Amino acid sequence: MSMFSRAFAHMRTSRTVMFSGGLLVAIAIIAIIGPWISPHSYLTTDFDNLVHAPTLRSMNVFGTDDLGRDLFVRTMLGVQVTLVVAIVASVVSLVIGVLYGATAGYIGGRVDAVMMRLVDTLYATPFIFFVILLLVVFERNFLLIFVAIGAINWLDMARIVRGQTLSLREREFVESAKLIGVSTPRIILRHIAPNLIGVVIVYVTLTIPQAILIESFLSFLGLGIQEPQTSLGKLVSTGVPKMGNALWMLLIPATLLATILLCFNFLGDGLRDLFDSRQSR
Amino acid sequence: MSLLDVKGLSIRYGDAEVVSDLSFSVDTKESVGLVGESGSGKTQTALAILGLLPRQATIEGSVKLAGTEIIGASHLVLNRLRAERVGIVFQDPSQALNPYVPIGMQLRRILLEHGIATGYEADQRVMHMLDRVGLPDPERQFRAYAHQLSGGMRQRAMIASALIAEPDLLIADEPTTALDVTVQAQILELLERIRDNTALLLITHDLAIVAGHCERMLVLERGRLVEEGQTRKVFSAASAAHTRALIEAAPHFDSTSSPAPTDGEMLLNVEDASISYRERGDNGELKAVQGLGLELRESETVAVVGESGSGKSTLVRAILGLIPMRSGRVMFCGRDISGPVQARAIETRRDLQLVFQDPAGSLNPQWRVEQLVAEPLTVHEPGLDGAARKERVMAMLERVGLDEGFAARFPHELSGGQAQRVAIARALIVNPKVLVCDEAVAALDGSVRRQILALLRREQDDTGLSVIFISHDLAVVRSISHRVLVLYLGRLVELADGESIFERPLHPYTRALLDAVPVPDPLAPGGRLSIKGEVPSILEPPSGCAFHPRCRHADTRCKVELPRPRTIDGTEVTCHHAGEL
Repeated sequence: MSMFSRAFAHMRTSRTVMFSGGLLVAIAIIAIIGPWISPHSYLTTDFDNLVHAPTLRSMNVFGTDDLGRDLFVRTMLGVQVTLVVAIVASVVSLVIGVLYGATAGYIGGRVDAVMMRLVDTLYATPFIFFVILLLVVFERNFLLIFVAIGAINWLDMARIVRGQTLSLREREFVESAKLIGVSTPRIILRHIAPNLIGVVIVYVTLTIPQAILIESFLSFLGLGIQEPQTSLGKLVSTGVPKMGNALWMLLIPATLLATILLCFNFLGDGLRDLFDSRQSR
Repeated sequence: MSLLDVKGLSIRYGDAEVVSDLSFSVDTKESVGLVGESGSGKTQTALAILGLLPRQATIEGSVKLAGTEIIGASHLVLNRLRAERVGIVFQDPSQALNPYVPIGMQLRRILLEHGIATGYEADQRVMHMLDRVGLPDPERQFRAYAHQLSGGMRQRAMIASALIAEPDLLIADEPTTALDVTVQAQILELLERIRDNTALLLITHDLAIVAGHCERMLVLERGRLVEEGQTRKVFSAASAAHTRALIEAAPHFDSTSSPAPTDGEMLLNVEDASISYRERGDNGELKAVQGLGLELRESETVAVVGESGSGKSTLVRAILGLIPMRSGRVMFCGRDISGPVQARAIETRRDLQLVFQDPAGSLNPQWRVEQLVAEPLTVHEPGLDGAARKERVMAMLERVGLDEGFAARFPHELSGGQAQRVAIARALIVNPKVLVCDEAVAALDGSVRRQILALLRREQDDTGLSVIFISHDLAVVRSISHRVLVLYLGRLVELADGESIFERPLHPYTRALLDAVPVPDPLAPGGRLSIKGEVPSILEPPSGCAFHPRCRHADTRCKVELPRPRTIDGTEVTCHHAGEL
């Protein structure tokens, strides 16, 4: 699609997008190959080195935690989980939310009413209750987190997209397409969706931090990531009580988490400008 | 010393110079017209005089109002100058008035703010002012909110607020562009009558308005002053080529003639169409169109004319299947095509195309011109390969007068006229039989408007295209219409061939519309006021003949009995007194 090629053509000109995108890619690469290179494993405990500050001697570059596990490997593992949660959850909410919202908004009338009442119903379900329900029906596993996070995030997205679509539907270029004889799915995909991108991208950059926070919240309750697996949110929450004598346990994962969130935000801002043809002159 | 003295004024935004080295003056009590096409820097000049230019603007030169320098003046000085020395009337009164504050309170605040009057005296002055600008029942209007007034009434309120502090200079920036033609005549007449000792700087794109209402005129072209002089002299012997082009482009509808009636095959036949909108909240019905018929022959242009609320857009949108009809049917080439556009056969959809008023809004902002023009082909001729499609698009762009360089542009990179050409290219590329133009030239400058009309006429000659042309302005349609349908509050007023409508209008409303059109001739400026008041709300249409409250000839019969359409000399007219007047 030319819209994307145009956006990518301009990508190089935008420094924020290049920088934050590059940083995210770098973090992701290190997170993937880091654990391979490191001599430590994420679950071996070293009782001679409990709560050890970062050091190069034993290659514990991020130090160790209260069980003597190497924090570098564990942090990298956390970054992996966090990035996967963030990306999968936002892709799920993006695809379902945009298509659902645009369809409801564009068709309107009774279809819209039924579709949006369904969203309201899901909204009204308490989140924890919903997660416990999922746990009962399915076994506890990694995928569950995506399902749970995606299941609530797409609701917001659908509502926002529907609202936008309602106003786009009345725009003359949509009526013009209708008169020309363009089919409804094509109008939604080719006329409505591209004009939603500005709003959608901004909203996705908001859902990513939200997804990351929900993940750490679920993990904290013991419903999400289970030990010895870990995530950045979980590392931060175990770091908080150790703040007094082992600051690195909090500081390192927290800094990484903040960096990742900021990068996503800048990326979103930059992408919105790139997709908006009015600013790409 | 003049009241307003502008010397060497230049306004720049970054590298773009919107006004360059502009010098002029306005004397006390004088009325001066500032004319130019869109983008000529008229409004920027007005903002500079008011000290309202945004911070990004680089301003050079000097603007002196009653001896006080405005460029670089402090907020305190500017605030005192505004309202006391200069008042402004904007184009769109619905945006210039505060929707949350009653009209009277907004006016009262001006008096308090400037220490002119307080308490009971202020109330009295506001009431007096509202009365002077012709708002009926000032005591009630004092407490009215902007949304409770009609467009014309709002503009009257705006004029009242501009004049209440008795300024020395009144700046009116396109004060009637957003109003119906009959209301325009009233507002201009009011401006003339009411300003007493106030000088008037009237900013407009419409030369005809200047011809009738200004002693002196200035013509701007791309930020430069190209002509200055007494209005009469400028009109009789303009020195600048641009001025002559502007005068040429203004619709002289007295000198043009309508094309002769055609006798092509019947193409489109709308029978007894009634359209209503359901009102929110209660079970009331808004009857937008009642019992209208419309016939369109091959290579014929039918103009549908009426003021706001006449139902002209509603009618064509129903014909196109964008909104449902309550009763009646649409016959196209002998087939009944009533019903939503999605339900129509693909060939029928191909044959009926629409061009909107706002070209920018009807083009998807995310698409390039080439894609926009190619889209109808992808739908109706899916067999076409990429190269052939591109060839067709380029040929079509050439037909509407755009070169290949435009293909890669986005809609926001086009001027109004260019965008409208793209919209027309998009509509015509599948060779439709009927093209509907919904106020397609209303938003364009005079010269561009003429080019677009000429383009439509040429297409009609070349391809036998039939056109339904909607307009609120009778002057625009004269040169292209074989027949003209005049509507008022959703009902037929008069239907006749072009020549008859313009030469022998039978209905008083048609005559009023013709009279109200200003003519670009200072000796016979037109714009006469032959009817009073404004179009009533369609929610509460008057009894009997809907036009009777504004009609000079109305009698008791008109108030009770709804006139039926009759045919007099080949003209269909809905008036009890048609033919006698």
